[in-house]
Amino acid sequence: MEMRTYILRRAVTAFAVFLVILTINFIIFHTIPGDPIRTLFQDPRISPEDLAQLRHSFGLDKPLWEQYVIYMKNSLTGDMGRSFSYYGDPVGNIVKVRLINTLILVGSASVLALIMGVAIGTVAAWKRNTKTDFSLLGSSLFLYSMPTFWLGMLMLFALSGSVPSGGMYTPGADYANVFDQFLDLMHHLVVPMTVLTLVLFGQYVMIMRSSLIDVLSEDFIVTASAKGLTGKEILRHHAVPNAMLPLVTITAINLSFVVGGAIQTETVFSWPGVGRLMYDALITRDYPILQGSFLVVTAVALLANLVADVTYAFLDPRVKIR
Amino acid sequence: MTPPVEGSEAEFFQINRRRDTMTRYWKRSQKSLRLLGGSGMGIAGLVILIIFLGIALLTPVFVHFDKNAFDPYARFKPPVWGGPWLGTDEVGRDVLAELLYGSRISLLVGVTASAISVLIGGTIGVFSGYFGRLIEEGMMRFTDIFLVIPQLPFMMLIAALAGPNLLNIILVIGVLSWPSTARLVRSQVITLKERTFIERARAIGAGDGHIIRRHILPNVIPLMFANTVLIIAIAILTESTLSFLGLSDPLVISWGSMLHYAFTSLAMSNGAWWYFVPPGFCIALVVLGFTFFGYAMDEILNPKLRRR
Repeated sequence: MEMRTYILRRAVTAFAVFLVILTINFIIFHTIPGDPIRTLFQDPRISPEDLAQLRHSFGLDKPLWEQYVIYMKNSLTGDMGRSFSYYGDPVGNIVKVRLINTLILVGSASVLALIMGVAIGTVAAWKRNTKTDFSLLGSSLFLYSMPTFWLGMLMLFALSGSVPSGGMYTPGADYANVFDQFLDLMHHLVVPMTVLTLVLFGQYVMIMRSSLIDVLSEDFIVTASAKGLTGKEILRHHAVPNAMLPLVTITAINLSFVVGGAIQTETVFSWPGVGRLMYDALITRDYPILQGSFLVVTAVALLANLVADVTYAFLDPRVKIR
Repeated sequence: MTPPVEGSEAEFFQINRRRDTMTRYWKRSQKSLRLLGGSGMGIAGLVILIIFLGIALLTPVFVHFDKNAFDPYARFKPPVWGGPWLGTDEVGRDVLAELLYGSRISLLVGVTASAISVLIGGTIGVFSGYFGRLIEEGMMRFTDIFLVIPQLPFMMLIAALAGPNLLNIILVIGVLSWPSTARLVRSQVITLKERTFIERARAIGAGDGHIIRRHILPNVIPLMFANTVLIIAIAILTESTLSFLGLSDPLVISWGSMLHYAFTSLAMSNGAWWYFVPPGFCIALVVLGFTFFGYAMDEILNPKLRRR
């Protein structure tokens, strides 16, 4: 199949999936018990006529299919309603700002975790079933078993006083130049980033290890060693590049895990990203924010999956045949 | 099938066959146990699990102090020899008592939620793998959609809308975490159904129900067992996360909800390490136990891994 057709087909599938998820979101909201208008305006003094008027202004008296069409149209044009708190600001604007902050945290932690995971996973696989392997595997499994938010709490406790305990910038700070601002950001970023890196890295070590063990049992590795190549050469030129292939797809599938880790880290360190936004929305029961954040995060996850699929097709020509 | 006549040849063969099956299973489990003994990991996991299961079951028998008794004047008291062994929390309750009772909820949610998830995932996997075509296409598309949705935000959304109680948490985790099982089972069933012994069964007139019950399931269940153990680990982690975010029943004590109250009462800046270190450590230990045991089981029951 032509590469362009492949990419196009993938993109169309991703979009279709997004439409289904939007629909699921619509259904969820309509199956919760209770009258949304009554939940929003709990003052008993509001007269039934005013409530009917409010219901009309929200379009809730329209037939269900019409509500669905309006909802889909609004969602696809980026209109996700208004927040209950935050002075009724549009959800889209609030989430947009927070998304960039999340990407800073998640991006830096993912890159670090990936590099460290590949390196340590390679060592573990190469020394399979030795003491080194067991201790590396054991510690990555322990990191994987730890609740992310708990690791964050431990870090907060251990480092209290020596690093900022939360936020992204020092409140009220006046920066002389962009460089100073960047330094302050780094100062706030380092601990949450470390926590997220540690949590993700355990996962990558295990994936890289098992993937490399799979590759090392293949025939072309035997051929390579029969040709007289040293262990290092086999690893660098034959095994590791092939073992890293599944890492591309698994990284995308694991995005759900990354998002979960980010929500917990942001919550503990008050990092002003989408995750902390969702936690705050949970506490104030700000459903529009909760749903908007969920949709945006899911859209980003779909996009990342698409990118991973296409990257994989570029790296592994066998995919295109299908 | 009608039962064979007593003392007949048919009965003799049936008993014999049953005995053969028994010996085969016994031999296989012996071999598994030997392999498990060979992997220190599996034994370590099993020991951790037995200890925590014991704690969860025996706590109401041996622990007599009131887990709800509070004392506003004993806020954040450090541990003392002779009690409170693990100090007190922000309302003066005994942390050790909370910790012991919390083990019950964490294990309960983990096991029931993964039972639901494996039941759904297994059913979908077997049916889509066995029947193929339209059913498979439809079910797998459905699974794919569930796989791309980031789980934690989805669970937060649904749990928040459904309301904070224990049953909702169990259902949310169980109903939303089946896709990985479905995929695993389906791929196994697809390779199984092309094998000669299935073809043979079909040739002598076995129906789909019989083939699934007698030939497919016995071959899939061992694999699912290891997978279930691993899913329990994930379910326990998920429960603690949702409870930490304040989505569980505020009146039920679990390790996750202890950490929620520790976090919101600022135990970290109050220096109350005895309040938030033990619950997290227990979560990590139990999850590690299930993961160790699950991996060891996978290594034993999955022939593809054993050969390497």
